[in-house]
Formats: sequence, C-alpha cells, structure tokens
Amino acid sequence: MSASKKPPVGRRGFLKGAAGAAALVTTAATSATPAAAQEAQAPRNASAPVATQEKDPAGSVEVLTADRPGSDFMVDVIKALGFEIIFANPGSSFRGLHESVINYGGNKKPEFLTCCHEESSVAMAHGYAKIEGKPACVLAHGTVGLQHASMAIYNAYVDRAPVFMVIGNTLDAATRRPGVEWAHSVQDAASLVRDFTKFDDCPLSLQHFAESSVRAYKIAMTPPTMPVLLVADGDVQETPMGAEKPRIPKMTWAAPPQGDTGAVAETARLLVNAENPAIIADRCARTPAGLQHLIELADVLQCAVINQYGRMNFPSRHPLNQTERAGAVIRGADVILGLEMWDFWGTVNNFKDQLHRTSRPISKDGAKMIAISATDLNTRSNYQDFQRFPDLDISMAADSEATLPALIEACKKLITADRKRVFEERGKKLGEAAKDAHDKMLVDASYAWDASPISTARLAMELYGQIKGKDWSLVSNNPWPQRLWNFDKHYQYIGGAGGAGVGYGSPAAVGAAVANKKYGRLSVNIQNDGDLMYAPGVLWTEAHHKIPLLTVMHNNRAYHQEVMHLQRMANRHQRDITTAEVGTTLKNPNIDYGALARSMGVHGEGPITDPKDLGPAIARAMEIVAKGEPALVDVVTQPR
Amino acid sequence: MTRLILLRTILGTILGAACLFAQNAAPAGNAQNGRKLFENYGCYQCHGREAQGGIGTGPRLGPKPLPYAAIQKYIRQPTGQMPPYTAKVVNDKDLADIYAFLQSVATPPPVKNIPLLNN
Ligand code: HEC
Ligand SMILES: Cc1ncc(C[n+]2csc(CCOP(=O)(O)OP(=O)(O)O)c2C)c(N)n1
Repeated sequence: MSASKKPPVGRRGFLKGAAGAAALVTTAATSATPAAAQEAQAPRNASAPVATQEKDPAGSVEVLTADRPGSDFMVDVIKALGFEIIFANPGSSFRGLHESVINYGGNKKPEFLTCCHEESSVAMAHGYAKIEGKPACVLAHGTVGLQHASMAIYNAYVDRAPVFMVIGNTLDAATRRPGVEWAHSVQDAASLVRDFTKFDDCPLSLQHFAESSVRAYKIAMTPPTMPVLLVADGDVQETPMGAEKPRIPKMTWAAPPQGDTGAVAETARLLVNAENPAIIADRCARTPAGLQHLIELADVLQCAVINQYGRMNFPSRHPLNQTERAGAVIRGADVILGLEMWDFWGTVNNFKDQLHRTSRPISKDGAKMIAISATDLNTRSNYQDFQRFPDLDISMAADSEATLPALIEACKKLITADRKRVFEERGKKLGEAAKDAHDKMLVDASYAWDASPISTARLAMELYGQIKGKDWSLVSNNPWPQRLWNFDKHYQYIGGAGGAGVGYGSPAAVGAAVANKKYGRLSVNIQNDGDLMYAPGVLWTEAHHKIPLLTVMHNNRAYHQEVMHLQRMANRHQRDITTAEVGTTLKNPNIDYGALARSMGVHGEGPITDPKDLGPAIARAMEIVAKGEPALVDVVTQPR
Repeated sequence: MTRLILLRTILGTILGAACLFAQNAAPAGNAQNGRKLFENYGCYQCHGREAQGGIGTGPRLGPKPLPYAAIQKYIRQPTGQMPPYTAKVVNDKDLADIYAFLQSVATPPPVKNIPLLNN
C-alpha cells in the first residue's frame, strides 16, 4: 500500500483516506501528455509549485489517473433519485460529472440531452415536469451557465414547477486553473438565484452531496413545488473516492400540506349554502388526481368552475365549465373558492391600464372569498410575483389538490335532499349556459375563416381536425385550443411559463415532448415566433435526440404583445400613432422558420399564407412525427 | 335600486334611438382606405386584420358595426381597456373610412357549413 508518489496536495478528498492513494497506484502513468490535457493546463491537483515537483525524488511517477472519481458516486445519487433525463449544455465546471454520466452511468437513466442554451435546458426540464409530475435534472456550467439559466429558473419558480439543478463550481482557489476557471468560480454560486429557488446547497463531501440531493429533491416535490439548486464542487467531483461508499439516504415523500379541518368544514358550509358558488382553479391539478378531485367537487355541488389554465384543471367541455362566462359568473357569485390562484385580487377586480390606473371590484358586495394556496407557505420578499393582497374570508395555507378530498367529503355530509334538488336545477342551467357559450365561440371562430394571414382559430381547428383521433398532448399555451378542443386528460395541457419570461415556450414544448415520448403520445406545439427566436437551438436538440414533436408556428411576425403596448403609449401621448411596429416586429427580412428548422435537421415547411394549404402541410408533418421525428410548419397568422 | 335599473333602461332606449339615428347619418367613407387606416392606426392589433376580434385583446367590430356615433364616442373616450384615439390623432374623415371598412368585411359562412367547426 505504499504510494509511489505522495498524493498531490490541495485535494480535500485525497487527504481523506488511504484508499484514494491506493487507487492511484494501480494506474500507469502515460508517457506523453495529450494536447488536450496540456490545453487543460496543469492537473487540477498540481497546486504545488513547479519547483516543488521538480524536487521530487528520482523515480517517482506522477499519478495521472483515477478509477473511481467522486462524480461516479454523484451519478449513483442521481440514478437513485430516478432521473431519466439530464438537460444540459456542457461546461468544464461539471466535466467530471458529465463524463461519469456518460461512461460510468452508461448514459441511460439518466440520458444526457444536449441543449444549446442553459435557459433552454431549464425550460425543457420545466415542460418535462408539467407532464411527468416530477423533476428532470439540469446540469449547467458555473456562473455563466447559471446566469443564462436564471430566467427559466424564475419561470419555474413562479409556476410552482419542480426542477433539480446541479451546477459546477471550484470553491478552493488553490486548485483553480488560472484564467477562465477563475472567471467562472464564485464564493456563493447559488446567491444569483436564491430569491427564486426553494433550496440550495454547496456540498463539500460526497456524503454531503448525497444528503443534500435527497433533501433538495424532497423539498422540490413538496408543495409548493419549486426549483432547487446544488453546487457540485469541482474538487468533490474529480477527487477519487475513498474505499467506503457514502450512504444515500432513503427518500420519503413529505405528505402534502392539507387545509386545516375547521377551515375545510367552514368552507364546505359556505359552499353548500351558497346560491351561486364559483370555483376558480389556476395551478390546482398538480397530478391527474387533482383533475379528478375537481370534477368530483363540481359534480357534488353542481356549481360553476372557471379554469385559469395554470394546469389542466378541468375538462374543457364539462357542462359546469363556465370559463367562457367567467365575468358573469364572478359578478353573480356569492361564494368564490380560489384554488392555487396566482392572482385572486386581479380576478375579482377590474383594473384599467389607462393614464390613471384605476380599479373596481367586479364581485358581488359581501361575496365570501376563500383561497387555498400552497404559495402562502413559501412567499418571498424580493420578486413581487405574489400579486396584490386580496380580501379573503377564509385562507388556507395548504395544497389545494391534497385538500380537495376532505372538502368533498365535508360537502357531501352537509347536502340535504332539498339542497340537492336546488343543485340539480343550478347544474342544468349552467350546462345550458355552457352550451350557448360554446356555440358563440364557434361563431367567433368562423370570422376571418378564409383570411390571409391565417386566423388563429383556423390554425387551431386545422390542427385539431387531424390530431383529435390520436392520443395527443398540447405542449403549448394558446387560447383557441382551450376554447374549442376537447381536453379531458391531465397530460393534454401543460399551462404557461409562470413568470411570463418569453423564450419558455419552445423549450418547454421539447421537454414535455421528451416526457410524452415514452407513452407514445403525439405532442403538438403552437409556437409563437418571438418566443422561438430567443433560443432557436432547441430545434437542433429535437432533431439530434429524435424527439417526436409537431410544431405549428403562430407566426405573426411580431412581438405582438409589445406592439399593442407601444400603440397604447402613442395614443396616450397623442403623437404619431403609426409607429408601433418600430422595434416590436420581426419583419424585413421576414424569418423563414421552415428553412430555420431544416438547417437544424428538422422537417420544415412554409411559410403558409393560404389557409387551404395548411391542412395538407400539417398532414405531411404528422407523417414525419409518426416516424418519431420532429417537424415544423410555418404559418403566417393574424396577430392573435 | 329598482329605480336605478329603470333609469338605466330608459337611458338605454334613448341612447339606442340616438345611435340608430346616428347610424343613418354615418358619413360616407372609403372602405379601401379604411382598411389601410385600420392597419396603420393599429386597430388591427387588438381587433384582428379583418376586424374579427382577438381573444382577450379586443372584440369583433364588423361586418355589422355599432352605429357610427357610438363608435366615434367610444374610440375618443373609451371606458374600458382600449387606448383612446382622440380627434387629434384620428379625424372624423379617417373614422368614416374605417367605418366603411368595418361594414365591408366578409360575413363568414354559417358554422354548420364549416366541417372543422363541427368536431
Ligand atoms: C390596444 C388594443 C386596442 C386597439 C389598438 C384598438 N382597440 Fe378598440 N377595443 C379594444 C378593447 C379591449 C375593447 C373592448 C372594450 C374596452 O375594454 O375598452 C375595444 C372596443 C372597441 C369598440 C367598441 C366595441 C363594442 O362592441 O363595444 C370599438 C368600436 C373599437 N374598439 C374600435 C377601435 C378602432 C376603430 C381602433 C383603431 C382606430 C381600435 N379600436 C383600436 C382594444 C383596442
Ligand atoms: C424575457 C422577456 N423579454 C421580454 C419580454 C416582454 N415581452 C412580453 S410578450 C413579448 C412578445 C412575445 O412575442 P411572441 O412570443 O411572438 O408572442 P406574441 O406577443 O407575438 O403573441 C415580449 C417581448 C418578456 N416577457 N420576457
């Protein structure tokens, strides 16, 4: 057990156990230093001055290889947590971990998915979580990679979506390579995103890494589900392990927080006694069970449900779905139950975006307001995504999905035969109102049916006409499908970005499609042009990893939201009202998204301007997707 | 409360009659130029290039627009989210052209004749 050379100094792990040194002696030194290794500069562990090395006794051989780097154990931990996918853009701060994923882990469960931007990696994991109900792993380069990733982390945070992030860093200044590694090293890496992550840690040993990983995963998955971040120190990754394998703690899920029994009982009493109760659901259905629970509660009460589309909360064609009549329902409601609502106040008040910003309540005087929200358990100060403070009568800091079963039971117990008759009558009326609203939507959709640029309703229905017999999943957030398609499964809809950070749409669609792939579902994405242009490299990821995803461009050749804002300003100032497209449009030259897709190996068609050409183009693209590959159809559309 | 509703109903009738009268009095306009102005002045952004309306951005405005006087009143002093178009930026002649455009937009076929809307 005698080492031929004393272990290099400065590597914490090396100094920890003799086994590390034992591992070292079994490896032979190479005679020539490969160019790449030279480029990587002196071995990371050669913190000793050159002069010291030269003074090593004759015959000693520098140990250059290791059998069992710490990063192998990190992969054990990652595998133990059940990750299927790692979304990542490469970076030397996690090169050890990267190599271990591929060679030690066999690049299977998890598989390394190459992303062209860290923002895309995180947004893909965000989209994946929306379908799969659990986090994917994201690896990112320290400092600069995390800076790129930060907006997507913020989106996931606001959207209460779990993402498990690991970034590299080299804390020990004595072991950093001169130059770039210093520029990418940081004392407190996670501070950059601490305001919008739920937990972070910087483990200094493998045991620490194992415990913090399991802890982070558990925290990410406990409502409110949110992103978490671990910093995998370069030394911990690259230093050989000791003989003893650190222990990976057992994962036990935390039961999600349920509403207080008394508050649930009082809520049930108000709902059962109300004449016109309304349920408003936003990020309510975390899992398919949430959808079923909400259907049951609505059926028991025969009351109006408004879907704010944060999740697939309620079937689009359920007779109690009154989303299209939201204003009328809210005005008439005597009890309003909000489930994981992002903006309760903004829902029951009307706010005018005029020179003088004014607001007025739209709900009935004296209407009882009840909120169940897990966000109340984790409100932060700095970023203001918590919205204006609503006037509530009952507020439960709890997870809605977990609270619904108890609420349903409490309601059932209170319903008398008389109330039941009233409920049935109410349900019938609501069903009729929903049908009228649906018929009106169809009429709305028929206007500009043959227009060019193509209407967004036509686009949605040309697409639906071809997918409706299949097992489809809409992996984007668009208003017409919500109004007109028949959504009744949890995976058919993934909600929005959360923090409205644009650039989320295209990568989230890819991540959701990755999750859908193993179930053989057809993923469809109605893709905004401005959103795609933030990081179009996602198209290459789709092609490279053969991700079946049908993308249909909603190409209005603009950052249209901003066109409208600029118009508002010009009108308000009574100046030139013809300039709103300056700085807000994507014209001159027009972007050829079909060609962009083809350039990255994705089947691409378009631009399609005649609505008659749209159906056949979608059919061709679907043939490609059926073969397990991505396809894109560029459609020049009406603004919205 | 009831009196208020009654008052509103009476007022509504008077206003409606006024609007009906005003519609007859809508100035003649050039629909082709109106289409251009509808674009250039940004109406298309919220109401669609064919005035078909957009979800959450603005209602449908044609082919059977509100009476001219009502539109004139509304765009000058909107009571909701719409940005104001004062006479300083859209004169009455322009508005007459826009109005002619709104009257001219195509009426779609009935929903039952559009197979894709019967899914
Ligand atoms: C930035 C968006 C926006 C722009 C630009 C805009 N509108 Fe509107 N418009 C709206 C909204 C929203 C409404 C619905 C009422 C409200 O909230 O003010 C509306 C309502 C109207 C109405 C009343 C319709 C009804 O049925 O009550 C008319 C008429 C109208 N707009 C005409 C125009 C014309 C003409 C232009 C261009 C000169 C224009 N609008 C530009 C957003 C817009
Ligand atoms: C990262 C980021 N930058 C800028 C904005 C401001 N913004 C809001 S909507 C929007 C336009 C998005 O364009 P597109 O995705 O094409 O959708 P459209 O508005 O045209 O429907 C922009 C730039 C934002 N929300 N996020």
